Amino acid sequence: MTLIQEIDYGTPASKSDKTVTLTIDGRDITVPEGTSIMRAAMEAGIEVPKLCATDMVDAFGSCRLCLVEIEGRNGTPSSCTTPVADGIKVKTQTQRLKDIRKGVMELYISDHPLDCLTCAANGDCELQDMAGAVGLRDVRYGYEGGNHVKARDTSGDINAMWMPKDESNPYFTYDPSKCIVCSRCVRACEEVQGTFALTIEGRGFDSRVSPGMHEDFLSSECVSCGACVQACPTATLTEKSVIEIGQPEHSEITTCAYCGVGCSFKAEMRGEELVRMVPYKDGQANRGHSCVKGRFAWGYANHEDRILSPMIRETVSEPWREVSWDEALTFTANKFKSIQDKYGRDSVGGITSSRCTNEETFLVQKLIRAGFGNNNVDTCARVCHSPTGYGLGQTFGTSAGTQNFDSVEQTDVVMIIGANPTDAHPVFGSRLKKRLRQGAKLIVLDPRKIELVDTAHIKADYHLPLRPGTNVAVVTSLAHVIVTEKLYDEAFIRERCDWDEFEDWAEFVSEARHSPEEVEKVSGVPADLIRGAARLYAKGGNGSIYYGLGVTEHSQGSTTVIAIANLAMATGNIGREGVGVNPLRGQNNVQGSCDMGSFPHELPGYRHISDANTRSIFEDLWGVQLNPEPGLRIPNMLDAAVEGTFKGIYIQGEDILQSDPDTKHVAAGLAAMECVVVQDLFLNETANYAHVFLPGSTFLEKDGTFTNAERRINMVSRVMTPKNGYADWEVTQLLAQAMGLNWNYTHPSEIMAEIAATTPSFANVSYEFLREKGSVQWPCNDAHPNGSPIMHVDGFVRGKGKFIRTEYVATDEKTGPRFPLLLTTGRILSQYNVGAQTRRTGNTAWHPEDVLEIHPHDAENRGLKDGDWVRLASRSGETTLRAQVSERMSPGVVYTTFHHPVTQANVITTDFSDWATNCPEYKVTAVQVSPSNGPSEWQEEYEAQARQSRRIVHVEPAE
Amino acid sequence: MSHDKIVYMANQIAAFFNSQPEAQRAEGVATHINKFWEPRMRRQFFEKLEAGAAFDPLVVKAAELVNRPETA
Repeated sequence: MTLIQEIDYGTPASKSDKTVTLTIDGRDITVPEGTSIMRAAMEAGIEVPKLCATDMVDAFGSCRLCLVEIEGRNGTPSSCTTPVADGIKVKTQTQRLKDIRKGVMELYISDHPLDCLTCAANGDCELQDMAGAVGLRDVRYGYEGGNHVKARDTSGDINAMWMPKDESNPYFTYDPSKCIVCSRCVRACEEVQGTFALTIEGRGFDSRVSPGMHEDFLSSECVSCGACVQACPTATLTEKSVIEIGQPEHSEITTCAYCGVGCSFKAEMRGEELVRMVPYKDGQANRGHSCVKGRFAWGYANHEDRILSPMIRETVSEPWREVSWDEALTFTANKFKSIQDKYGRDSVGGITSSRCTNEETFLVQKLIRAGFGNNNVDTCARVCHSPTGYGLGQTFGTSAGTQNFDSVEQTDVVMIIGANPTDAHPVFGSRLKKRLRQGAKLIVLDPRKIELVDTAHIKADYHLPLRPGTNVAVVTSLAHVIVTEKLYDEAFIRERCDWDEFEDWAEFVSEARHSPEEVEKVSGVPADLIRGAARLYAKGGNGSIYYGLGVTEHSQGSTTVIAIANLAMATGNIGREGVGVNPLRGQNNVQGSCDMGSFPHELPGYRHISDANTRSIFEDLWGVQLNPEPGLRIPNMLDAAVEGTFKGIYIQGEDILQSDPDTKHVAAGLAAMECVVVQDLFLNETANYAHVFLPGSTFLEKDGTFTNAERRINMVSRVMTPKNGYADWEVTQLLAQAMGLNWNYTHPSEIMAEIAATTPSFANVSYEFLREKGSVQWPCNDAHPNGSPIMHVDGFVRGKGKFIRTEYVATDEKTGPRFPLLLTTGRILSQYNVGAQTRRTGNTAWHPEDVLEIHPHDAENRGLKDGDWVRLASRSGETTLRAQVSERMSPGVVYTTFHHPVTQANVITTDFSDWATNCPEYKVTAVQVSPSNGPSEWQEEYEAQARQSRRIVHVEPAE
Repeated sequence: MSHDKIVYMANQIAAFFNSQPEAQRAEGVATHINKFWEPRMRRQFFEKLEAGAAFDPLVVKAAELVNRPETA
């Protein structure tokens, strides 16, 4: 094992098709037009000294180290800013260049501390490398003059130039005394991240990097993505973990276990200790970028709250008893068997985890189908993107996004519906912002003024601040404009779609009740905004739609997905780069968990359980008879539990009590069961109602694959021994064995082989193939040997694209005198989902509690000030939290997150759900907000129950 | 929440298919229920249907096409 060293070419690659041939140091080199001389040299293996250049950002030409000589041209141009030209002859090393470089380095070093031996960057310092490369041997200026290095001068007086170290950020430090003002951090913040939090303050010798207006990092706009730290060539910006541990000695490529972007990282290790996670430039989803979660928030893996020993109890009022794996698994197997004997085969089920690997998810559904003998398996996609599966399956024929993330670089008009990429999918958000700064147009449909509506160097062309619950009306109205103004792409529709169905749909959307003027009445969106947005999307070039849970988590979630698909087909925005329909999926492997047959009606590869041919593939391999009937979905399981026909559940890596709606109903369902098995890292909220706790493992402790929102299958690598003893797939296998199944997998690659052998869209996927390619997007089979970056290229998967009418039906969750406001929920950058991981990291510095965002008018009417405790009540329940008065909200709409169990935002949400998939309606709840002076009754009861339930009796080891 | 979930869910499905072309409506509702409803849900569905619960007329029409689960 070695430390993976990525080559830094100094400047970004040119995408030109034309090539240019030049001579560098006597060697002929051919590169794309527009390439810098520096990059051309590096591609040929000639490293020109450099400090301010790095290939993640554009050339800047400030350090004056990369100078070269070009035959026939005057002077010594910088190779980073000078493009190649046909036939030029470049010299990178002459006496003149050597003298200049040495002089430049001498100046740099005259204002730099000489504490190299004790410096955190020792072994990873470009300044040190360059001093070595240019042969710097002494500094004639001395170190006593004006400097930024010493707090006091030789006479003991204060040095006003010196600034103390900024340690405010939980993950990295800023030491101004080591800064060489190369601006790499400032440019990374602008160009890569798109936040513009950093600047250079002062001029000349006074120049210093400054977060915001001379603030500290934590108080500034900095979002802690880590791009600046990665870009820094010295120890000025350094990870605190590197300062504490030292430089890593080996690394492995792996995939982040947070959101559905699926960023590739180098896990840089020293022994089994993780030193830092560095985004991998060859990562095809993230292209070398990261966010605060993936880059820094991995400390939960070593958190003291992690449960490492299996535990059982007969009833949930007893304390937990630590037991051996054997005892826990036998206890569980016996419980499930006796429940099935007593209540029937269908009285148990399970939930697969969108945070676990494809292989682990596959095994859980296999255990349920082959071991339990029913199809009562579901996954958290039920509560997020199940409508995507239904809607895109009906219209296009496959339930996944149509593009890769690179596609955003070719888009001209972006429509974002019910998604907040800069918070929830930050790395994609940064890539999108880059394209928007290049001039792509932006349409946002969201009740909230999300960051993209108006942020540094980005302003949405249209923001349609629709009333929550009116997505179908507004999207259908966009279609009305496109059809009635004849903005549709007739050639595309005639070729790719069913023309009769189009005509039927066109007639439907043309009806006057779908006109923007009519829809304005229900949605609150001014008609001219709907018209303008429709015209821009239809005629603005490559139009792409990105959407999130603001689309799916509604009573009409599936209908909105269909409406979106209709829009893309009608305008011909499908089947090439820069267009498409892109669900931004929430969890790291939610796409994969759906692909792997986690839904109760579908076997792996989205094949319905009623199909005898598909069943026989698995029946032959597994040696069992499969039940042809669909099983229970999560809400149905809970209903059946309350009714008394569902008694046992195996939950891998999922916290339904906190994440699912109508907490009281979830709690009642769990409480009615006789055996709840929770496999997780921590005693999560669901575990308060569990009888068996099986310790889980982190993504750092297992091999496997995750599939991201662009259908990309990425490798996950084990870099440390599981602290709990087993990877999650091993735990499932042990449980299967305890239940009498003959499973003998020795490595996840064997599970992937079984997936490939049974699932046509994965036919050519293997660990060898993934290692060779880095990653691949399914379908990957003989028809698509290198995978499928873009789908529906030559025609829709289902044959002809299907237009379907989308009638707006108002949700039954309505505001009234008692509950006059609408609550919508979401997430925030620094926290992830139920927060079980991120709350156990330094990320709490940014978001220590859930807050209620409320418009100033609504706050004033209720006598509320920013920071006040408020009571939030709906027909389902009530909780208390602090108010944040914010103009991001529309009047009448309030917003909160669900990251903290103390708040339990889902006590408020109702059991209304999507008509097609039962995906809960998280995004619309009628509420009232009023001043409060303490926690609600529910919060107090819950806290007492949780405290009681989390007691553990530690058993003294025998002898 | 106090509404009857089986009736409510069936009527939600009917609300969608009621807007589809006439010929696809009843079959659409029935296919949806057959594809996604576990047998005990369909059993309850028929019990409520026979008890005269407040189903949308389209649901009632579609019921002929819904697969009757084997009795438990």
